[in-house]
Amino acid sequence: MPRLENRVVLLSGGASGIGAETARLVVREGGKAVLADRDEAKGLALAAELGTAAHFVPLDVTQEPSWQAAVAATVEKFGALHGLLNAAGVGVRNTIEDCTLEEYRRVNDINSLGTFLGCKLAIPAMKASGGGSIVNISSVLGLRGAAHAMAYSASKGAVRSLTKNVALHCAQMKYNIRCNSVHPGYIDTPMIAPRLEQNVENMSGRQFLEELHPLGRLGRPEEVANMILFLLSDESTFSTGSEFVCDGGLTA
Amino acid sequence: MSGELSGRVAIVTGGASGIGAASATLLAAAGATVIVADIQEGPNAKGDGPGRFVAHDVVSEDSWKALLADVLKREGRLDIMVNNAGISGGSGNPETTTVENWQKVQAVDSDGVFLGSKYAIEGMKKTGPGKSAIKGSIVNISSIAGLIGSAGPTAYTAAKGAVRLLSKSVALYCAEQRYDIRCNSVHPGGVDTAIFNPLWQMVGHAQGKAFIGTRHPIGRMSEASELGEAVLFLASDRSSFVTGAEIVADGAITAGLMRRSLLAPP
Ligand SMILES: NC(=O)c1ccc[n+]([C@@H]2O[C@H](COP(=O)([O-])OP(=O)(O)OC[C@H]3O[C@@H](n4cnc5c(N)ncnc54)[C@H](O)[C@@H]3O)[C@@H](O)[C@H]2O)c1
Ligand SMILES: NC(=O)c1ccc[n+]([C@@H]2O[C@H](COP(=O)([O-])OP(=O)(O)OC[C@H]3O[C@@H](n4cnc5c(N)ncnc54)[C@H](O)[C@@H]3O)[C@@H](O)[C@H]2O)c1
Repeated sequence: MPRLENRVVLLSGGASGIGAETARLVVREGGKAVLADRDEAKGLALAAELGTAAHFVPLDVTQEPSWQAAVAATVEKFGALHGLLNAAGVGVRNTIEDCTLEEYRRVNDINSLGTFLGCKLAIPAMKASGGGSIVNISSVLGLRGAAHAMAYSASKGAVRSLTKNVALHCAQMKYNIRCNSVHPGYIDTPMIAPRLEQNVENMSGRQFLEELHPLGRLGRPEEVANMILFLLSDESTFSTGSEFVCDGGLTA
Repeated sequence: MSGELSGRVAIVTGGASGIGAASATLLAAAGATVIVADIQEGPNAKGDGPGRFVAHDVVSEDSWKALLADVLKREGRLDIMVNNAGISGGSGNPETTTVENWQKVQAVDSDGVFLGSKYAIEGMKKTGPGKSAIKGSIVNISSIAGLIGSAGPTAYTAAKGAVRLLSKSVALYCAEQRYDIRCNSVHPGGVDTAIFNPLWQMVGHAQGKAFIGTRHPIGRMSEASELGEAVLFLASDRSSFVTGAEIVADGAITAGLMRRSLLAPP
């Protein structure tokens, strides 16, 4: 039996990278995938490729009305909401000395406020659907700091803490809604593509990042998608408020 | 122990009340020149408390620039920065928290610590050659809410999670640059301060304090001075190999397992 039969999953950042790979897997496992992204061209193309079990909605995660519209469109199209993946995000490099207040705010608005709004707007729709599972993508940098990804790391620390708060609130309210965070290492997606080109310490960027991981390579988006699918499915019904690390041994 | 910080200059944000006021008192007792920076006036504004009071809003970058310029002009150096100012922002949960409330809390509890760390480094770098070696220490007050999810409202919890990671990135950056500046986060449990005023007003101070005490394995809330001691340790050279770390002072709340009974709101 498919693992997500007739489950409706809304995926922010669903047009690219980890979100896109998860959407493919959701559809393959019998679910419905609503791709929500600010990149319309990529989102529409992937929705067309995935067929009738997929749908695209434009979304800017930093805007509450945009989230309201995306959740409403999901319920209108597929009749329910069982799963939410908060994968929209930006990877930005800066340090405590060169980051401006404006930039700190921008990164936190997309990665942290965006995830909060996704949780907030999905909860009522999930309640009406009998329960659900929320998966928030944090990062290994939500567990460990980084000198050159200060604002990003702060935003992912916020996502880690927010996830636990949402999980405990839903548990206390008996909503049958779980919420967990996923912490990927460096995954080969468009987000890190620019870094793969830049040489570091006489190595290509790719080699440098590969060397960081005890497994000696970058992660593939489908490897993270597999972990997300486990969390969206009924295979993980006793997991909530927890951290799921998928990092090739990086934080070990 | 007295005098271990003599010659050092410390800024304590939110220093007019609670943990900040206790930290200011202990830093001053250890010999530091303390600047109490706060949006509200505390006892020291009238000359009754330790240090010099400066009106300051952690949310405003202009206010940070003015504070730093003033301290470098008057005290001539900066060695210790305690980013303590914070608000709980009310009791919003994931369903009831508004974007407005979220932004207001992030502005004080997250952006304020970001700006405080950034301007601390700038000030500490200007304290340097000819003014004796820099041994800077940045102390950021997070919370157990930055470690586990039980405590605190949604926007507050997220902000404290940001502070925990921000502090590690600052520590790593300063280490990499070979600045002699350390940065750590402090994670208090329940501390008897004005941050609980809304609860005190509802159930009375003694009763509220006893109730929150029962939620700590140790059976009581902490006093602000107990957190001031943690801040003093991190500010002093006694913690010279401690950077990027978390100092937990929570009466064992995070030591054990989450109990369902602790989830119910007071
Ligand atoms: N790739 C990695 O190495 C890595 C590591 C750890 C965590 N992550 C996290 O995984 C998540 C997915 O990243 P990815 O690697 O698949 O990157 P990606 O760039 O391939 O995909 C991110 C998607 O988010 C969308 N997006 C960005 N801002 C948005 C906004 N304001 N509103 C709506 N959509 C927006 C983009 O259009 C894009 O489609 C992100 O949260 C990222 O921080 C990635
Ligand atoms: N009391 C606790 O149980 C507890 C637990 C964990 C963490 N904390 C944290 O400890 C820190 C100190 O809190 P407290 O308990 O002493 O509270 P408090 O309310 O007694 O003191 C906070 C001080 O910060 C000041 N402040 C608020 N906004 C400011 C701004 N924008 N600019 C400058 N100053 C501002 C206030 O005027 C006040 O003097 C906060 O960051 C708080 O989140 C407290």
